Amino acid sequence: MKKTVLNSAHQRHGARLVEFGGFEMPVWYSSLTAEHHAVRQRAGVFDLCHMGRFEIVGEDPAQSLDRLVTRDVSTMKKGQVCYSLVCRDDGGVLDDILIYRLPDRWWLVVNAGNRDKLLDWLSDKLLGAEVVDHSEDVAMVALQGPLAASLLAPHVDRPKGRALEDLGYYRISRAVVNISGESIDGWVSRTGYTGEDGFELYLPSCHGEAVFDALLDLSDEVIACGLGCRDTLRLEAGMPLYGHELSEQLDPIGAGLSFAIGLDKECGFIGQQALRQITSTGPKQHLRGFVVEGRRPARQGAAILHQGQKVGEVTSGSPSPTLGVPIACGYVDATISEDSELEVDLRGKSALLKPHPLPFYRRDAQNA
Amino acid sequence: MSDVPQDRKYLPSHEWAHSVDGLVVVGISEFASQELGELVFIELPKEGSNVQFDGAFGEIESVKAVSELTSPVTGKVIEVNQSLIDNQQAISESPYDKGWMMKVEPDEDSGIEKLLDAAAYQSQLSKS
Repeated sequence: MKKTVLNSAHQRHGARLVEFGGFEMPVWYSSLTAEHHAVRQRAGVFDLCHMGRFEIVGEDPAQSLDRLVTRDVSTMKKGQVCYSLVCRDDGGVLDDILIYRLPDRWWLVVNAGNRDKLLDWLSDKLLGAEVVDHSEDVAMVALQGPLAASLLAPHVDRPKGRALEDLGYYRISRAVVNISGESIDGWVSRTGYTGEDGFELYLPSCHGEAVFDALLDLSDEVIACGLGCRDTLRLEAGMPLYGHELSEQLDPIGAGLSFAIGLDKECGFIGQQALRQITSTGPKQHLRGFVVEGRRPARQGAAILHQGQKVGEVTSGSPSPTLGVPIACGYVDATISEDSELEVDLRGKSALLKPHPLPFYRRDAQNA
Repeated sequence: MSDVPQDRKYLPSHEWAHSVDGLVVVGISEFASQELGELVFIELPKEGSNVQFDGAFGEIESVKAVSELTSPVTGKVIEVNQSLIDNQQAISESPYDKGWMMKVEPDEDSGIEKLLDAAAYQSQLSKS
């Protein structure tokens, strides 16, 4: 099992470590629920070094990349970050990624479990450009939560004296992070996978551990957060997780990700024809959100039933720490109407599924 | 290292059995409760039902996952700790006392002699 540069920090902070995406990662430190609430109400720090960080290098990286991703890369502005999909010819999803247009280069962040697959795919398919793997030399750490901006701002210098607070959502900027007595050159983006405001920092790996510790020392309100709460936070925020809501066997239209697909993109991309076809005929199944009646969570793979017949499957489910009830999402056949009564098979016992619009949680609505 | 009381016996799957006044009290070890993390649901057998050594007697569910509970004894369920249904915390806070799950009247062939003693269970934990 691979380890991130923060592995010894996790051990020092008492993490329970599990395998995720081929890495030994913290699932929680003291309590998943406490970590979840910390991010919703204050701030939490996450190790994201397991994710893949790639650079696209070439004469015209944007043009080369454009044919491999669903988003229209050519329209991205400097400093912009974009959520995109990488698809197969048949529209199946190879990965969901973030594309970063830095002032002078192009970066991608890909899922840990898809790092090798994407590296091979990009190396094979990119024309006139190369993919360079920076996953080992650049550390990635997130500070997420409503206090993230005010806590981090005093320690981050942006070019031309711009304030961290003025960095827009899904924007990236060069940053000097002044932390633990050092000034570290790197990047900061206002992105995350929690449904809260927050930042992701990209810094040389040699500073990873010091930065992780320094973020935790910013305030007593900040705690280290594991992947367990990252999962419950993203599920509440209605964000898909590869291997659950997305896979090579699932199309992104049914997943509700049409916003990230440039069906009319002029240069075309791998999977565009198939996704146009699926859009015009309609996907066979739709991703839907539910509250599970009772106290028992529904898990990935649980059958969704209508009048005793299987009409779908749960892709993610968990108790929702914010809502206080079990929530789940899953694919349901397109032939089943929104108001049909659905149940879920919980290992032989059925529980009612109450439809709930996605996302389950929106910070603007609840923290207004 | 988690606590392993000497006065009871264990299954490799981390359930304990404690013989008290002719009944066998059953629960899970501190190690198991720590591994599970925060608990959200427990299903226990009905009083009067029969449980089998090495057979499932219920399910326990944490925020992250569901696990089967395995009976360390064959016999008839005399009493179930109903308070756990609303308060699974008791299992995490007091796995060997307030977190007990069921009391079983053991059959003659109860299987109990096949359980690990505390030392053997402790040694299994230190290897894991």
